[in-house]
Amino acid sequence: MKLELRGITKRFGALVANDHIDLVVEPGEIHCLLGENGAGKSTLMNVLYGLYQADEGQILLDDVVQGFTGPGDAMNAGIGMVHQHFMLIPVFTVAENVMLGNESTKPGGLLDLEAARAKVVEISARFGFDIDPDALIEDLPVGVQQRVEIIKALSRNANVLVFDEPTAVLTPQETDELMAIMRQLRDEGTSIVFITHKLREVREVADRITVIRLGKVVGEASPTATNAELASLMVGRAVDLTVDKDPAAPGDDALVVRDLTVTDHNGQLLVDGVSFTLRRGEILAIAGVQGNGQTELTEAIMGLQHRVHGSIALDGEELIGRSTRGVLDAGVGFVPEDRTEDGLVGEMTIAENLMLDRSTGEPFVKRGTLQLADLARFAAEKVREFDVRAQGITTRVGRLSGGNQQKVVLARELSRELRLFIAAQPTRGLDVGSIEFVHKRIVETRDAGVPVIVVSTELDEVVALADRIAVMYRGRIVGIVPGDTPRSVLGLMMAGETPAEVAA
Amino acid sequence: MTAAPATTASAATTPGGASPIVVRSWKAPIAFAIFTVIAILLFFIVGRPDLDGGNPTTIYRLSEARDAIQLPPLTLGLAETTIVVVILMVAATIGAFLLARAAVRVPLWLTTIFAVLFLVGFLTWAAAGATVPMIGLLAGALTVSTPLIFGSLGGVISERVGVVNIAIEGQLLGGAFMAAMLGTLTGSPYVGLLGAMVAGALVSFVLAAFAIKYFVDQVIVGVVLNVLVLGLTSFLYSTVMVPNAETFNSPEKFERIAIPLLSEIPVLGPILFRQTVIVYLMYLAIFLVWFGLFKTRWGLRLRSVGEHPTAADTVGINVRATRFWNVLLAGAIVGGGGAFFTLAAVGSFGKDMTNGAGFIALAAVIFGRWDPIRATLAALLFGFATNLQSTLSIVGSPVPSEFMLMLPYVVTIVAVAGFVGVSRPPAASGKPYMKA
Repeated sequence: MKLELRGITKRFGALVANDHIDLVVEPGEIHCLLGENGAGKSTLMNVLYGLYQADEGQILLDDVVQGFTGPGDAMNAGIGMVHQHFMLIPVFTVAENVMLGNESTKPGGLLDLEAARAKVVEISARFGFDIDPDALIEDLPVGVQQRVEIIKALSRNANVLVFDEPTAVLTPQETDELMAIMRQLRDEGTSIVFITHKLREVREVADRITVIRLGKVVGEASPTATNAELASLMVGRAVDLTVDKDPAAPGDDALVVRDLTVTDHNGQLLVDGVSFTLRRGEILAIAGVQGNGQTELTEAIMGLQHRVHGSIALDGEELIGRSTRGVLDAGVGFVPEDRTEDGLVGEMTIAENLMLDRSTGEPFVKRGTLQLADLARFAAEKVREFDVRAQGITTRVGRLSGGNQQKVVLARELSRELRLFIAAQPTRGLDVGSIEFVHKRIVETRDAGVPVIVVSTELDEVVALADRIAVMYRGRIVGIVPGDTPRSVLGLMMAGETPAEVAA
Repeated sequence: MTAAPATTASAATTPGGASPIVVRSWKAPIAFAIFTVIAILLFFIVGRPDLDGGNPTTIYRLSEARDAIQLPPLTLGLAETTIVVVILMVAATIGAFLLARAAVRVPLWLTTIFAVLFLVGFLTWAAAGATVPMIGLLAGALTVSTPLIFGSLGGVISERVGVVNIAIEGQLLGGAFMAAMLGTLTGSPYVGLLGAMVAGALVSFVLAAFAIKYFVDQVIVGVVLNVLVLGLTSFLYSTVMVPNAETFNSPEKFERIAIPLLSEIPVLGPILFRQTVIVYLMYLAIFLVWFGLFKTRWGLRLRSVGEHPTAADTVGINVRATRFWNVLLAGAIVGGGGAFFTLAAVGSFGKDMTNGAGFIALAAVIFGRWDPIRATLAALLFGFATNLQSTLSIVGSPVPSEFMLMLPYVVTIVAVAGFVGVSRPPAASGKPYMKA
């Protein structure tokens, strides 16, 4: 089916998320929609899928104008979507999820589960999936959940399939498998819209590329374009994709973690016997697919986990058993992975957020009273130093863009005397400019002789920053390898395998 | 490509990775031990010094005079019964400790047997020297439970669709009032019942409008509604009903209908099948709600909206409409339960006559883990505790009646806090669904 978007415009208040966007997707092609986070890709697709109503413009399928008022209309017209955050109900089975909203029933509204199971099995067989229709979604790994999403869309006879950032949660191997599935779908005549900001994937699978920047189509590109060409089109200026850094000059051992084990309240092991040593002036990147214990590892160091065994020694001092306050006082800086949830208080001002971890005493609190003048001076200085774009230090943090929010977090954490710096997913959801800034500050921190841990699920980031790389899989460290280890090897390690060259 | 799904699928068995560490839960054995100690204290240390001489017996009457099949009464001697019960309780406690040490969950059947043992011992002790009318005790329990069950069914539907229903109390009270009013005016209890359902749905309408359309905090709306309905019905009661009781507050009650054959089953027949239409409707409602929730399209969509409204929206389900109509339905069911107070149990409306039943129903929803069958059983448990208290005070037990009055509430707290542990409500319950 041919999909055409004509002059789609969507405004949220004063913000124009989509500005007269035109897009044509021919049957049997994979059309990539490339753009930075916040460029308006997802908004456009939500308009297409009927979740948002466009303020202007038309959606045409096979040259017929459509008037979608909800996702139901879009689905009936043959549009399917694999969402970035899976739209599956965790406590339902695969079959129930696939049939939901499109149930085949026997008389009396009785669900025909047999038909749904048969459909799951039939579509699975077509793509060589091995999926139990009666498995609960919450028990399935994310890669399999994504396949359920695909089955769900196909079971409604989707002729246009939209993939919204589908690779964010996948290992490199799972990503390759997904690409193969997309090619197979294309060859069967399905039109595919593939939304992403990852250049490598675009070049690998796209038949055509449309680049969106700040809500506007800024051009088309050919899949043969280089990474640098695509990136400059996406960002609007020449981009240096590599991080400038000198070789590390590691000093003494600073952080020594031995047999660290973290369990949840059910006794499930989240971190399983992890040991590593981190030296001063080096960056250790912790790579791995989301949910393999990285979060819990950093939280254990910060004193945020309760069931922790083993040893975490910073410059010879044991950190386990200390309160989070105690860990901070020991000189640990921490950028949590979810800045809006754990890193900042959205309703408070930039200045207030900058003193959040120093609310117990000098310099900002004297005799139980806030030293507002000192705080204002400090905040103004940090806002300048970290290039936080805001109206002033009294702006509420919740109103800032993701990049500026992250700069506030960095400013707070890096403005103390540090003996260890931990950054979890430091650039998640940021624009390229902010990513460059954050990476630069992390390398500077290293060069100042601070030991740094960077947790990232983005292989690009890991490779760009790391002096050494520890790969985590199911709570264990699969191996610790040098920073220049090839991606293919890292990919295998992220799936839990230990390649020969690592074992050797 | 075919090999990969197999390896990833095997990961499904241990999400988050790694083998589980052994967890030992000492909650059940410790609870068992506490109850065993209480039993020993009551039966042997306190005993029944008020009854002098010999071995007093407790007589359990199992039939009523009008029953076709007469069962002989059961007579239990105090000494032998309590000794046997305590020995079995000690054995069960030891068993529970052994299970816990082997990191095995204490099974529900053991807990049930333990509870029944304690109950038999306690009843025999408390009613020693007297006669316990078993039929009356259990039938009374069903009577007390009926509005609780209607309330918890409404609560289950409402919470499953994603709206916390604190207003069960108000819906019951509104239903009771409207049933009395309309039942008297029209002279037909059936019209009264219908009116009660409309009244419950009206209370739900306010809840739904504020919670779903205007995103007001659902708990706060619910609490305010309870106060509103209490105030409104109390006002109308004292200004309209009290001066004109004949015209407004003397409804014709539902007749008890004995179902042929079924009502002649020993013990169960008189309890379950000599009831009013409302109770028979309740049996039907329990089945229909369970069947509907888990076997039909209606239930699948309803649950999906309460678990993950965005996902439901993306497959073309109208989240707000689903919530709105089902909250209304829930209100109608609860309101129908309210009619039981005025059209079956009492026969006229009284100020605040529900007296917290709605909150006990809410506890039953949680204790029953948002499942209509389990919630019904929970409501029956609370009803039994309430009626046990009144039966024992009639029989004349050694326990102070003020203390016995606490029983249903103690059971509620222990049940909800202690035995449920961490339970998982519908994921989106209480969360308004907003979209751009």
